[in-house]
Formats: sequence, C-alpha cells, structure tokens
Amino acid sequence: MVADTDVAAKIEAPPRNTVGPIAWIRSNLLSSWSNALLTVIGLYLAYQVLSALIYWGLISATFTGADGSVCTREGAGACWPFITAKFAQFMYGRYPEPERWRVNLVYLLALAGLVPLMIPRVPGKFWTALYVFVLFPVIAFFLLVGGVFGLLHVDTALWGGLLVTLVVATVGIAGSFPLGILLALGRRSKMPIVRWISVGFIEFVRGVPLITVLFMASVMLPLFLPPGVTFDKLLRALIGVALFSAAYLAEVIRGGLQAIPRGQFEAADALGLSYGKKMALIILPQALKLVIPGIVNTFIGLFKDTSLVLIIGLFDLLGIVQLNNSDSKWFSPTTAMTGYVFAGFIFWIFCFGMSRYSQMIERRLAAGDRR
Amino acid sequence: MAVVTSDRGRRQAAATQANFLYRPEVRQAIYQVVLVVLLLALFYALVHNTAANLRKQNIASGFDFVARTAGFDVSQSLIDFNSSMTYGRAFLVGLLNTLLVAGLGIVVATVLGFVIGIARLSTNWLIARLATVYVEVIRNVPLLLQLFFWYFAVLKALPPPRQSLTLPGGGLLNVRGLYVPAPIFEPGFEIVAATILLGIVAAAAVYAWARRRQNLTGQQFPVLWTSLGLIVGMPLLTHLMLGSPMTFEYPELKGFNFQGGMVLQPEFLALLLGLSIYTASFIAEIVRAGIQGVSKGQKEAALAIGLTQGQSLRLVVIPQAMRIIIPPLTSQFLNLTKNSSLAVAIGYPDLVSVWSGTVLNQTGQAVEVILVTMCVFLAISLVTSAFMNWFNRRMALVER
Repeated sequence: MVADTDVAAKIEAPPRNTVGPIAWIRSNLLSSWSNALLTVIGLYLAYQVLSALIYWGLISATFTGADGSVCTREGAGACWPFITAKFAQFMYGRYPEPERWRVNLVYLLALAGLVPLMIPRVPGKFWTALYVFVLFPVIAFFLLVGGVFGLLHVDTALWGGLLVTLVVATVGIAGSFPLGILLALGRRSKMPIVRWISVGFIEFVRGVPLITVLFMASVMLPLFLPPGVTFDKLLRALIGVALFSAAYLAEVIRGGLQAIPRGQFEAADALGLSYGKKMALIILPQALKLVIPGIVNTFIGLFKDTSLVLIIGLFDLLGIVQLNNSDSKWFSPTTAMTGYVFAGFIFWIFCFGMSRYSQMIERRLAAGDRR
Repeated sequence: MAVVTSDRGRRQAAATQANFLYRPEVRQAIYQVVLVVLLLALFYALVHNTAANLRKQNIASGFDFVARTAGFDVSQSLIDFNSSMTYGRAFLVGLLNTLLVAGLGIVVATVLGFVIGIARLSTNWLIARLATVYVEVIRNVPLLLQLFFWYFAVLKALPPPRQSLTLPGGGLLNVRGLYVPAPIFEPGFEIVAATILLGIVAAAAVYAWARRRQNLTGQQFPVLWTSLGLIVGMPLLTHLMLGSPMTFEYPELKGFNFQGGMVLQPEFLALLLGLSIYTASFIAEIVRAGIQGVSKGQKEAALAIGLTQGQSLRLVVIPQAMRIIIPPLTSQFLNLTKNSSLAVAIGYPDLVSVWSGTVLNQTGQAVEVILVTMCVFLAISLVTSAFMNWFNRRMALVER
C-alpha cells in the first residue's frame, strides 16, 4: 500500500498552465496577438448577431393578436401571431379542413416506413423497403387524391404548403430513380448511340437551370401533347422535376458504378448471367449502397429547389408564405420577415437533418473500408 | 442454378437455329436501331402535336418576332434600351444583365467562400465555430427564400429616400436602392489610365524577371510590394501630379429624386447578395476539404526545410489544395450562373425574366423562346467549364 502511494505521488500532475479552462482559452483563443484580435472581432460579431436575433424574436416580438395592427408599432420585432393564425395553411394549403386527417395519416404511414428503414440496426430491410417503395406510394396516392372508397376527391389545385413541398420532392426523386439508373448504365454502355444519347441528355439537363426546365414543363408540355389532352399542373411540375433530378442522379450513380471493381463484372459474366441479371443482382446493389450519401445530397438539393415551383404558380411552403405575406389583414412592417424566418426554419430542419443523416451513413460506409 | 441451366439450354437450342442473332455486335446494332427508331417516332409525334396545337391557337412559328418592336421598358440595362426597340435587343439586354450579375457574383462568392473556408480551419475556436454556423445555416435554406428575404424583408423595408441611411464614403441606402458616388473623368485622365496599364505590364515583367533570378540564384525579390507600387502607387502619383482629373459626384436629394451619383437597384443588390452569400457557403466547404486534403507531411516538410508559416501555406499547401478545389469550384460557378435565373422571382431583368418572361408572354412563342434560353445557358456552361478545364490543366500535377 505504502509503495503504491509512493508511486502515485511520483507521477506529477500536468503543469498548471496546460490544463483547465484557462489553458484552453489561452491555446484556442489567445495564442498570439493576431489570434486575440480575431477573438475580439469574433466575439463582437457573435454578440451583434445573437443580440439582434433575441431582441427581434423575443424581446420586441408580438405574441398575441388578431391581425397585423398589433405588429405595426415603432420598432416592433417578429409578428408571431401571423404564424399561429396561418399555421394550418402553411402546412396544408387550401386542403379542405375536414379532410386534413388524410394528410396527417400519410405522414404517419411514411414515418412508420422511413424510420425503420433509415436506422441501420433495425432488421427486415427488404420488407420495409417493399412497403416504402411499392405499397406506401399507392396508399398515399389514394389517400391524398381521394375519389375512391368514399373519400372526397381533393383537387391538386387545393394542395399547398409543406404538403406540396414534400410531395414534389419525394415524388421527384422517386420518379427520377428508374430513369437515372438507365441513364447511368447508358453512359457506361459499349453501344455508341446509347452512350451518346445518355451523355447528351445528362449534359443538356445539367447545363440549364431548373427554372427553364419547369417553364418547359408548364408551357411546352401542353403543346407536345395531342390537342385536347390536358395535364394537371402539379403533375407537369413533377415531370419537370423528375427529368431534372434524373440527370443529377445518373451522375451520382455513375460514380458508384465506377467504384465497383472490374472483378465483380467479370465474375458475373463468368457465371453466365445476362446483362440485366448481372446489373440487377450483382452490380447495382453494391453501387447504390456506395452512393447513398450522394443520393441524400441530391435529395437535399431537390428539396430546396422545390421552392422554385412557386414561379410556375404552385403554392409550396415558400409560395404559400409569400402569398400570405401580402395579406392585407396582416399588413405590418415585420410580417414578411417573420414569414421568411418561419419558412426558412422549416426548410433548415429538414435539410440539416438529412445532411447529418448522410454524414452518419458516410462514416458507416467508411468504417467498412478501413478494415 | 436451375434458371441458369435452363437458360443455357434454351440458348444453345436457339443458337443452332439462329446463330447470327446471338452475336453481340449484331444484338447491339439491333438494340441501337430500335432505340433510334423509337426516339425518332417520339420526336415526330412531338413535332406533329406541337404544330397542330400551334395552328389551333394561331401562334406563329419561326424567329420573325425577333425583329419586331418590343413595346416594353426594362428597369436596368447596360446598353441603350427603350420600348421602341426590338425583341432581339431586349434579349441582348437580358443576356448582359445575366452575365453582369453572374460575373460579379462569382467574384464576391469566391472571395467570401475562401475567407470562410479558411476561417473554418482556424486554430481560433471562436472563429472556426462562427464559420461553421454560417455554412450550416446558409446552405440548408433554399436560395429562393434567401432572395425573397433580402429583397422583400430587408431592402424593400428600408426607409424612404428622405430618411436614407448614410454609409461611409458617401453612399446612401434607401428603399429605391444603393446610391453611390459616380466617378467623373476629366481630360487628362487618359494619362492616369495609361499609367495603370503600364504598371500592370511592368509588374508582370518584374514577376517574370524575379522568378528567373530565383531559379538561377535562389535569391528572392519583394515582388508583391514592387507590383503594388507599380500598379497603385505610380498611377496615384500621376493622378496627384496632374491635379486630380478624376472627381466623384455625390448623390443629392433634389425634390422627389436623387441627382448625380450611380444607383444600384434593390433587385440587383438582392440578387447579388443572395447568390454570393449562398454560393460562398458551398465554396467554403470546397476550400476546407481542399486544404484538409493536402497531407500533413507536406506542411511539416515545408516547415522543416525552413520556410515560414506564410511561405509554406503559399508555396506548398495552397498550390496542392487548388488541384482538389478547382473541379468542384467550377461546378459551383456554373450553379451560380444557373441560379441567377431566379432573378425572375424578384423582378431583376435578367435573361429569363426579360426573354422567357415578358417576351414569351407577349409573343406566345414558347418553343422558340425556351429553346433559345436553354441554348444560351448551355453555351455559358460550356464556355465556363472549358475555361476552368484549361485553368485546371495548368494547375494540375506535372509529373516529372
């Protein structure tokens, strides 16, 4: 015992000035004169931004009221009652109020499938994927559109808010998947004409802004169809978005295909598998798994880009906020700012959450490579 | 297994009958012919339907409308434009406005992006955290929302002209835009301009000479300070000696409007701010990844052979990081150019707003107008990526 304490006594504590908060501050904030100056500038910036935010959002903000007049006083901050009053509209648009349970049910069903699918540890991925990609879209379609099983038909012109944002983003990415895979395979094909057509489509779509593709879908698509055939406005936007994201997805998937070692292709050939079987059973499952982070990133980009549909007259989350900002009942100098901050916050939560998820998957995949 | 054997059995049986059809080249040719025929059929159907639809709606086709009088005004234009000029001229106005905002946006976004990217790697904890917050907030909010924010919530909420905010340097900020002093060139300024050109040429010569000398003798020459002196100092001196031929005209409120000075309209400001701030967050991430991608050993080796911190960054780390940075940076430049088309949402008269907006609505010739718009953006994309590829080749690793 005595010997033990002796040894312990001989192990000296680290020098005072290298541990503890003071040492941390010294090495991380004040290591040199220029560093200290940067810290001061940083503190000033952080103080300015934080204090302005708190003052605007809490101290000088209005929390209750029936219309915009409560927010018109001099120096008023955020106009929160505007958000409370319009919240249902921001979420569902003009979807009829007694039918909104259907939208909520669709969200619930989506969560029920997505949560077990996204958590790597939960077993039964095949059946969950089958549910999410095959069964759920059918149920969601009939629930949202209605017109069957005694459900009231809800025209897509009435849809709006977060509902439209989510529908455009998810249907856009899901719809672009088959085309994206075909284009990626076509770009690596040995057949020159197939390759040229794929390259041409991918490079063309990636070279033009989404807004022109949406304009094309909304203005030119009706011209392309036989006279008399008309299309739902939302469907036209969805076709445009799906074609657009197919080109980006194709490039992501091509990256995955290129990462598969040649031996895998040769082994599949050696087994006598046909081209379709080789791709469907051997190559694509590996390639797609590799590019999950890339696909999530494409989805984040698409999710943000859905806000562009407001330019062709659909009311997604941003569109409905923009529309309500000019509501004369809620006219006040801070209404617009409040609306944008709210919409921005919703978008931010979705995108930030997804990017964190993609980073997590990336780390998991990298862990496999490090072995 | 059963599938494979039966498949092979069938294949062999069929092969004896039609060996020809099972040769890969023949098959590939057949697939491609079928694909081409299908695409041609689709194309024919589209053209046929479009022609029928256009006939029914009495819309002309062809590009005759380009020479017709536009009959609308454009709020901001780099070249002379009024409502009696043609649609073709309006197209040019829109294209120039797009190029202006995209070009300026690329410069601002690159500078801001590099500063924030380097700040993210700062040893100063606070600065690194602030840069991270900037990146994570800005890149996860849609650009269109940010444009609306700058335009409707910030610039349109500024005070009226009478209560303009005064900025340092004589600028005035109000709801009508940013008023800045305009330079007035008086005779004699050509000499100053010539000195600037001369300074640039001389600086380039000094750079080449100093480089050759360093390669031969190892001695360094203060190129940066000499260049600064040549490009900035010499013209400044000439300017003062000639009795200041360039003066500034300050904006002044006279009656209901401002006289003198230059005005940057709120639409332009909002678009430039939104595009630069948004793209800078992506560029910052690219820069960070690029600098982190240079192996630590390189920097340690640079310090070990006696280079200073600054020299190791400038001569060893940055040149290698640039190789990683340039390709993704190119695609960000292209994204910024494409995103400038969101101008249509806040009323900045860019190509999409003037041409695919006003001209399309007035003429109804959707096919021609949208095709031209797409071709212009494709051309801009191709030119930008060609230039950046050339730059990339210059910077790429030269294996010796």
